Amino acid sequence: MIRDHFRVLTVDLSTSRGNVVSLEGRDEKAGGSGLAALLFNKYGHPNKPWDDPDQPLIFAIGPLTGYFPLMSKTVGAFKSPYHDQYAESHAGGRSALALRFADLDALVIVGRAKGPVCLSVGQRHLEIKDVSFLWGRDVFFTGKTLRNMFPGGGHRSILRIGPAGENKCAFACINLETYRHFGRLGAGAVMGAKNLKGIVIQGGSSFALPGGKEYPNLFQEVYSKATATDMMSKYHNLGTAANLDALDKLKSLPWRNLQQTSDLAIKGITGDRFADDTLLRNMACSGCPVGCIHIGFVREKFMEPNRYLYRQVSYDYEPIFATGSMLGVTNTFSVLNIMEIVEKMGLDVMSSGVALAWATEAIEKGIVSEKETLVDLKFGDAESYKEAVRHLGMGSNEFYRLLGQGTLKAAEHYGGAEFACVLGQEMAGYATGEVFLTAQSLGFRHSHLDTGGYSYDQKHKDKNVEKVVDFLVHDEESRVFLTSMVSCLFAREVYNEECLADCLQSVGYTALADNMEAVSRHIQKLRWQTRVATGFDPKGMSIPKRFTEVTTWKGPVDEDYLDTLKSEYAKRILELAEDVA
Amino acid sequence: MNNLTTPRMERCIGCHSCSLACARLVHKNLSWDTAGIRIVSSGGLSTGFQARVCFACNPAPCATVCSTGAFSQRKGGGVVVKKKLCIHCGECARACPVDAIYLDSTGEPFVCIHCGHCVPFCPHDCLEMVKVQAEPSTEEHTMEVKS
Repeated sequence: MIRDHFRVLTVDLSTSRGNVVSLEGRDEKAGGSGLAALLFNKYGHPNKPWDDPDQPLIFAIGPLTGYFPLMSKTVGAFKSPYHDQYAESHAGGRSALALRFADLDALVIVGRAKGPVCLSVGQRHLEIKDVSFLWGRDVFFTGKTLRNMFPGGGHRSILRIGPAGENKCAFACINLETYRHFGRLGAGAVMGAKNLKGIVIQGGSSFALPGGKEYPNLFQEVYSKATATDMMSKYHNLGTAANLDALDKLKSLPWRNLQQTSDLAIKGITGDRFADDTLLRNMACSGCPVGCIHIGFVREKFMEPNRYLYRQVSYDYEPIFATGSMLGVTNTFSVLNIMEIVEKMGLDVMSSGVALAWATEAIEKGIVSEKETLVDLKFGDAESYKEAVRHLGMGSNEFYRLLGQGTLKAAEHYGGAEFACVLGQEMAGYATGEVFLTAQSLGFRHSHLDTGGYSYDQKHKDKNVEKVVDFLVHDEESRVFLTSMVSCLFAREVYNEECLADCLQSVGYTALADNMEAVSRHIQKLRWQTRVATGFDPKGMSIPKRFTEVTTWKGPVDEDYLDTLKSEYAKRILELAEDVA
Repeated sequence: MNNLTTPRMERCIGCHSCSLACARLVHKNLSWDTAGIRIVSSGGLSTGFQARVCFACNPAPCATVCSTGAFSQRKGGGVVVKKKLCIHCGECARACPVDAIYLDSTGEPFVCIHCGHCVPFCPHDCLEMVKVQAEPSTEEHTMEVKS
């Protein structure tokens, strides 16, 4: 619903009570990233640890959610178990539209339930059910059971965690709608710490739209851009998996714990190969006609003669990089098999793959042995990785419990920090050069999507520090406005400033439309201030040696240039964190 | 006379663009419920999607039970809706054998009127408007079954 304030539902799991709160700030914080930061400042505790029951788990949507195509994402915000600082993680699925039609701008969950529960919320509905029988169950079983336990099929979002979240793995994800995730920085552990196994969001309300032709005509225009032009074709064709071949050719694809950046074996795991061999169908987030979700299949002969079962696994560039090239696994079906276990455990696939790549090299170098890893990890050996993923999710021994707190945590104990591929968190699959290394290390979400640093690397060979830092700051500023609407970042070409202003204007958010630049700068600063208040020191971030040994299309990584970029970007971030009005 | 059909639902990606288009263009709402076509998973997302939409029955059970004339038989199947005559009794929704009529919180019914506004918004051409005779001949409904 269009309103000049925020309507927020807070739920305290300790008391099983909810409260509907009206909050001012629409014209300054917009929604999404801005609203999440506002809510963390209201309900969060910078000096208490991430798993303190008082810490909030926040889900926020934006002013354009559901009103326009690809305005289909939800911002999750929490104090992260990975670094014990404020963090955001974004997901699609049905969560954004379900919140919209539950008539909520945000859901804030505080407290800790006495035992495992599932929270169900909707327009006229709040219920907390005991689900102790689901504790220890994997993500898929949990999802299917919750489907049967709660009404509202089709128009609801079901968020759930697997064993990794229950075991407070620092990179446990929240799975939703089977194929989507609040993937990074440990949102799943935050649910685990609250004894919250699942969240069902039911969206059943309807809202009157603005009269006249302006809104439906603008919708049609945006819809046409998203479906009938080349702007989005990459995403509904091969999907992001198309990047595998492209980045390998650019010598920018991390292989075998980043010991290489290209390999002839790429031909086994290209986007084309995945589509030709494994692609079953596409799916979409609610409200997005693009359908970028690619669902592959694996089948398994479980009994002679000819008794098979099949599984469906969603794939993308990042999961293929993490469980494919990074682990030296070069068969499409083997890659999907590893991903499927990652999904069941409720782990972030990128961190899992990168952490196991480190563990494999640690075995090669004799730093750890099978005594710690429980299986003999070898690059390319998919079966051993499937076992290792289970151990990681279950926290089977001290080694896996430490590794599940982050690769550098394990390296602190066992050694091998120099070859840990960690840039704030386990790396994304872009060994493109110094700009990306800086951007992910210091980026707000430690995500390659915080800024287009990886893209900058691919287009620029020059080493102009000021130009790069300006680019990173301004690119983040424009992206933070999109994540406050909340748009999918894949639509960033569709939603240029003019288009966003028209969209906001057409549904009645005139003040936001007129002040987009000031609002995005304000949200950018607010997010950094919130992060710094919880302990982030950008000057203290170090980049492991392995990254300086990389050769990309531009040649070997220039360590001095990287150091200068890092220190200048850190300075700018600290300036941004000052003086929020 | 054209009827909305859903011949290619295997292609559906679950984007809800059809429902949103119906709500937006026909009913002037933002909604995925108050629409003549609603998309639901057919038993979980791993099993694809189904459309909850009017099958264009003739005679239409929903029109038969309507006591105020808000729903009346449409030539070619389905119903003609006169909202002003509706008393929100909900009998139409209960009479529909395929759950194609949605009742909102006030009991107002929403059903497909076979206008076709949703069709161009389906990115995978799942939907199609099909010409029908106003009075379908009996041959169309006769199928020979061979064992």
